[in-house]
Amino acid sequence: MALIELNNLTKTYRMGDIDVHALRGVNMKVEEREFLAITGASGSGKSTMLNILGCLDLPSGGEYVLGGVQVSGLGKRELADIRNEKIGFVFQGFNLLPRTSALENVELPLLYDRAGRIKDPARKAIEVLTRVGLADRLHHEPNKLSGGEQQRVAIARALINEPSILLADEPTGNLDTVTSMEVIEIFRDLNRQGMTIILVTHEPDIAHQARRAIELRDGRIVKDVVL
Amino acid sequence: MKWKSLIKVALKSIMKNRMRSFLTMLGIIIGVASVIALISVGRGTQADISGKIQSMGTNLLMVMPGASGFGGVSRGAGSWHTLTIADAEKIENEATLVTQVSPVVRESAQVIAGRNNWFTSVQGVTENYTVIRSWPVDRGAFFTDRDVKAMAKVAVLGATVADTLFPGQDPIGARIRVGNVPFTVVGVLGTKGQNMMGSDQDDIILAPATTVLFRLGDGKWINSITVSAVSEQETEAARSEIETIMRRAHQLAGSEENDFSIRTQTELNEMATSVTKMMTLLLSAVAGVSLLVGGIGIMNIMLVSVTERTREIGIRLAIGAREADVLVQFLIEAAIISLMGGLLGILLGLVTAGIIGKAISASVVIDPVTIAVSFLFSGIIGIFFGFYPAKKAAALNPIEALHYE
Repeated sequence: MALIELNNLTKTYRMGDIDVHALRGVNMKVEEREFLAITGASGSGKSTMLNILGCLDLPSGGEYVLGGVQVSGLGKRELADIRNEKIGFVFQGFNLLPRTSALENVELPLLYDRAGRIKDPARKAIEVLTRVGLADRLHHEPNKLSGGEQQRVAIARALINEPSILLADEPTGNLDTVTSMEVIEIFRDLNRQGMTIILVTHEPDIAHQARRAIELRDGRIVKDVVL
Repeated sequence: MKWKSLIKVALKSIMKNRMRSFLTMLGIIIGVASVIALISVGRGTQADISGKIQSMGTNLLMVMPGASGFGGVSRGAGSWHTLTIADAEKIENEATLVTQVSPVVRESAQVIAGRNNWFTSVQGVTENYTVIRSWPVDRGAFFTDRDVKAMAKVAVLGATVADTLFPGQDPIGARIRVGNVPFTVVGVLGTKGQNMMGSDQDDIILAPATTVLFRLGDGKWINSITVSAVSEQETEAARSEIETIMRRAHQLAGSEENDFSIRTQTELNEMATSVTKMMTLLLSAVAGVSLLVGGIGIMNIMLVSVTERTREIGIRLAIGAREADVLVQFLIEAAIISLMGGLLGILLGLVTAGIIGKAISASVVIDPVTIAVSFLFSGIIGIFFGFYPAKKAAALNPIEALHYE
């Protein structure tokens, strides 16, 4: 069974009096251990799709099945719990808490981990920070870290809950080319170790680092290639 | 969710914005401080007044001329001339529940001693008076019942009068003139201090009731009769006994109203405390308003804080916080701010109470219940006024919150 299954997924926003069709029937399967890049021009619906995949938003129509769970019909609480247990987010703007050390930022998701799957948050946080190469930056606050380092803290934060999928929204959008490649290399490493990754980007260079690329245009998939 | 981590998160966010947190607390601090200060000083004043009433004498009853206010038009107590020395003697002879009785004849006169003179109150009493008012003589001796019977022209001076007329001298045996009547000073009273109305109780001369009544007064009517009951518990019984005796003495028919009134110390006490209670209530209302304003201040700042931290809320929601988690986080923050404010307010209130107490030389009574209630109440205010902002934070859309600039 596929990790992610989208069946005729649609999303319609109402902006004033106009209906905006952000997604117009998307069908897609993502298997475990895939490294998928979603590309497309701005307004193509890729952010909307990532929001739905990340359970931050619900589709207007169609089905979204994540790990065998029908997400479309869930309530806010269940969505929050799925975000906590199954999804790791990496954002373009890093979205770290200011004036809070790397370690505490990384521990943050465990605050909402009701199941208590991770017994020793501090140890686990150090482990994931080491994994992204920041073992020597544990107590630095975000404003003392470079952009690349901040994004690596964000990746560590996304990993701490041992999610089944890592979602990255333009993770290199705020970084220079060299740093971008460093960050992408981390993603490739994680993928080699078995992590399923979906990455949204508008940069072809970045998309090429993935193993599969999907292009969206006007809310539909127009290209789906294995690289 | 772990409470310990939640409280840690809230404390951290409060410490990150020290100045703002302090300003938010200020309303609560001032509110709680004023409640504590006012109640402490109010209670203290009340205790002072009770103490002063107590110092007037133990188990005191006062028979005053005039009705105490039943029926149609009533004149104030003391406005009629109805009491005589005979009434006092009747009570002393017939009442079983009283220990001491003294008539009181009150006159004012210019008192002259050598080159000094002084205008003061002259009270005609009997020897019992010192016992009833627990007011012993300091020097010399009090006049005796024989002096009263003989209408002797002897006087006992209050401390203030003694100091004024005989500065640095021993007045015992000295001659003074009260109005036109010459008196011999036989004693000086101990210092009693101010009464609850603030007038000097030592500014007085005591002389035998008969002497004052016939030499200085009108020879018939006395101002009041001071009685002490056998015990505090028997005060009410003594009152009805005196009432019966007095009605018989004044030959009042069954339907006639009393032409005298009897006041007990308990009543005086109640009168006085009702005044201070009123004051405390009034001031507490003012303090309550400032607590309310403090609460609104918390709401205000929390709303600003929610807007400022929209992105943070977005992050928390994205990584799996439920709405309830965000709600609880902000509620805890509001509660901690207001509880800290409450704590600081209690400290400030106690200090203020001490300063006010010193300034108006009143006692300060610190009531642990008041302190506990103010502390709890400030927490409740925080949660109450923190609820709306917290709700607002929890209801944020995570996608919009994440992209909030």
